[in-house]
Amino acid sequence: MPVMAGIVSYGSYVPYRRLKRSAIAAVLGTPAGKGERAIASFDEDSVSIAVEAVRDALKAAPPGDVQALIFATTTPPYAEKLSAAVIGAAAMLPAEIRASDMTGSVRAGLSALLQGADAIGGGARRALVAIGDCRLAAPEGKAEQTTGDGAVAFVLGSEGAIAEIEASASLTREFLDSWRAQGERFSHSWEERFTLTQAHSPLLGTVIKHVLEKAKVAPSDLSKVILDAPNVRAADEIARALKIDPAKFSDSFALTVGQTGAAHAGLMLAAALPSAKPGDRILVATVADGADAILFRVTPANAGFKPVHSVGRMIESKGDVSYASYLKWREILPTEPPRRPDPERPAGPPMMRSEKWKFGFIGSRCTNCGTPQLPPQLVCVKCHQRGKMEPYGFADRTAKIATYAIDRLAYSLNPPTVNVVIDFAGGGRFLCEMTDCEPDKVAIGDEVEMTFRRLFTADGVNNYFWKARPRR
Amino acid sequence: MASKGIKDRVAIVGMGCTKFGEHWDKGTEDLLVDAAYQAYESAGVEPNDIDAYWLGTMGSGISGLTLSEPLKIQYKPVTRVENMCATGSEALRQACYAVASGAFDIAMAIGVEKLKDSGYSGLVINNPPNDGTQGSMTAPASFSLLAPAYFKKYGLDPDKGKDVLTRIAWKNHKNGAKNPKAQFQKEVSLEAIKNSPKIADPLGIMDCSGVSDGSAAAIVVRAEDAHKYCKNPIYIKALSFIAGPAEGPLSQDYDFTTFREVVATAKDAYAQAGITNPREQISMAEVHDCFTPTELVLYEDLGFSPRGTAWQDVMDGFFDLEGKLPVNPDGGLKSFGHPIGASGLRMMYEMWLQMRGEAGPRQIKNPKVGLTHNLGGAPGRCVSFVSVVGSQVG
Repeated sequence: MPVMAGIVSYGSYVPYRRLKRSAIAAVLGTPAGKGERAIASFDEDSVSIAVEAVRDALKAAPPGDVQALIFATTTPPYAEKLSAAVIGAAAMLPAEIRASDMTGSVRAGLSALLQGADAIGGGARRALVAIGDCRLAAPEGKAEQTTGDGAVAFVLGSEGAIAEIEASASLTREFLDSWRAQGERFSHSWEERFTLTQAHSPLLGTVIKHVLEKAKVAPSDLSKVILDAPNVRAADEIARALKIDPAKFSDSFALTVGQTGAAHAGLMLAAALPSAKPGDRILVATVADGADAILFRVTPANAGFKPVHSVGRMIESKGDVSYASYLKWREILPTEPPRRPDPERPAGPPMMRSEKWKFGFIGSRCTNCGTPQLPPQLVCVKCHQRGKMEPYGFADRTAKIATYAIDRLAYSLNPPTVNVVIDFAGGGRFLCEMTDCEPDKVAIGDEVEMTFRRLFTADGVNNYFWKARPRR
Repeated sequence: MASKGIKDRVAIVGMGCTKFGEHWDKGTEDLLVDAAYQAYESAGVEPNDIDAYWLGTMGSGISGLTLSEPLKIQYKPVTRVENMCATGSEALRQACYAVASGAFDIAMAIGVEKLKDSGYSGLVINNPPNDGTQGSMTAPASFSLLAPAYFKKYGLDPDKGKDVLTRIAWKNHKNGAKNPKAQFQKEVSLEAIKNSPKIADPLGIMDCSGVSDGSAAAIVVRAEDAHKYCKNPIYIKALSFIAGPAEGPLSQDYDFTTFREVVATAKDAYAQAGITNPREQISMAEVHDCFTPTELVLYEDLGFSPRGTAWQDVMDGFFDLEGKLPVNPDGGLKSFGHPIGASGLRMMYEMWLQMRGEAGPRQIKNPKVGLTHNLGGAPGRCVSFVSVVGSQVG
């Protein structure tokens, strides 16, 4: 009897910033599209946003149980260097895990879920699947309007699942759809009629047929269909061909987030789960260089699971970004560098020594006087005792602004840099950057929470660390 | 257990100071040679009479060779010291202790910085290799942390607070306009200061000290030898220096309206000098006005104003050149300019001129006791220096 794998917990992340499609049109003089898309901030990338989703997913599933970690994206920050290692460090996963990055196609997200399920089938206690994508597209193109940035994470296991994987099916076909050569920033795609009629519709139709046959489930038994296809007409054709009520198809966030690449099917699933009833069957399918389909059956445990930040809340929590800022953030629009030195590349040995601090935001607490402090100290700032420190995590604690500075001189892709002195609930003070905020609204006493960011990239090294942000 | 001090045991018998500003035609060596020779002439000594040197520079050279090479110092000890923006004061402190100890009879402290060659805006500090978590706050941003905290604590609305800061810069420019060696020898209107382009809100560019090149030097001897060199030396009453434990960024009980390091150095210096009421006993002060909120907070930390009232003293003109306690009569860092390693000695140069009646149009009437204050770092994490000097022994 094979082990039944399922989703034990999940977390999702939609970046704070939104780019209105009308704002693109206003600058480029193109026809204005409806709605908006989510934009990862200048200090985010596919890894940092995946970490945000992972943090939520791990609130209900202890990181110590994770034995496999798979990160999926089409936009890995490094061509060579394991992004999953960064996520593992930030999530405080044990070193004894199998970890890999999956990339190359937007299918990587569901492929990672299936690999995670295989790991559970192979005996892993828990598998963590982190998916994050920051879709970049050339100005004026359709993809610039339709894509979005987002992340989702699933903890998989064989026990305590809130949604079990009843069956899955995969197809792989070689055909020219979307491609991006080494060194290119923007993807190309083949003409839509060809891909829709000759690839996407038939592949999706077939893979869905296969998964339903495996599970001996009729299309009419499905409660929800999550279809992630580049062309919305694919869903219409599937609905017609399989006689599925179009009302059962999940909203694809076209007007609010955009298509978030490898993360999208997962993000839609995370949005569908909170309202699912025990016994509900949810079909998830995606198409790119073939197709994957997974059939989930919701368990009674789902009723007891509440996401820390629901997808809906993440979509509602937002602030606009101008098209000009977006172009600067992505370095599509080159700008005059400030008359300040470039940021220095962080160094390997000190980063390794301070891994728990830098990635996990673990400070220290004095066991003599009880004072929490960060960064971790050798001699207590309060009672001045040496060697009495124990590790003390700050990542999930809220804090209040004690004072702040609006730095218009510092190097930043998004000036001015807001610096805040923050006092953590329960003790501990830190001085750091604040992000996702409006500089002229920052005030003493405001409540903030911590977020994992890429501070800058220097000499090809992505410098990840933590910042404060207003509570979301 | 405070420092015992060397009250009246060491005197300054000669000083030199270059004009501060944009010296496109002068390098570090030009500035050093200029300041050193001014000091030799002022003390009436030959270069070879000096027994030992202390050179302060934060980044314009490393080792004593930075000084010995251009001056062709003939096989004498030259010690390079660095303590951030208090570097110049630190060089003086070391030279004073060296002659007080009897190890040397006559020593020179000299400070220099050549900032304008970097091509960058503001000050740039090179960090050792690190883990990338330190952040990148600029100096004006670090010191701007004081402003909202001070305004909030003492109930100043931000616009009123901005007026207070503006008046500090206005006063320092007014003083600097009377100083032929200052970088900016021009009065600036309150309106122009208040509306200057924002650097680190609420600070505008006119709330920031001048990025500058310059050098200043002092020659020190034991007090009993002072009259061999000059008629009117000035006497060291107190020297206090502290590197703080950097609690500000770590402890919730630090509120960014004070520099604990300054409070401690002031207490130590006043004990050494026998000062019990600084507001009444100090005739004049040169303080570290790197940014306007710094000067505001220093008035309280140095005991010139009771807590929460310095802003009122500012508006009342208490610290103006004609006020009861003139602060930064030479224009301060704001108007004289801030070549890091030179600034502490430049402050002392004003004490030298004022006590000898050589300060020209900005001369203060008969100053007896002067104070210099120099700091480096940022609120909550800094080094601080306070000296007290006097025109008479006793």
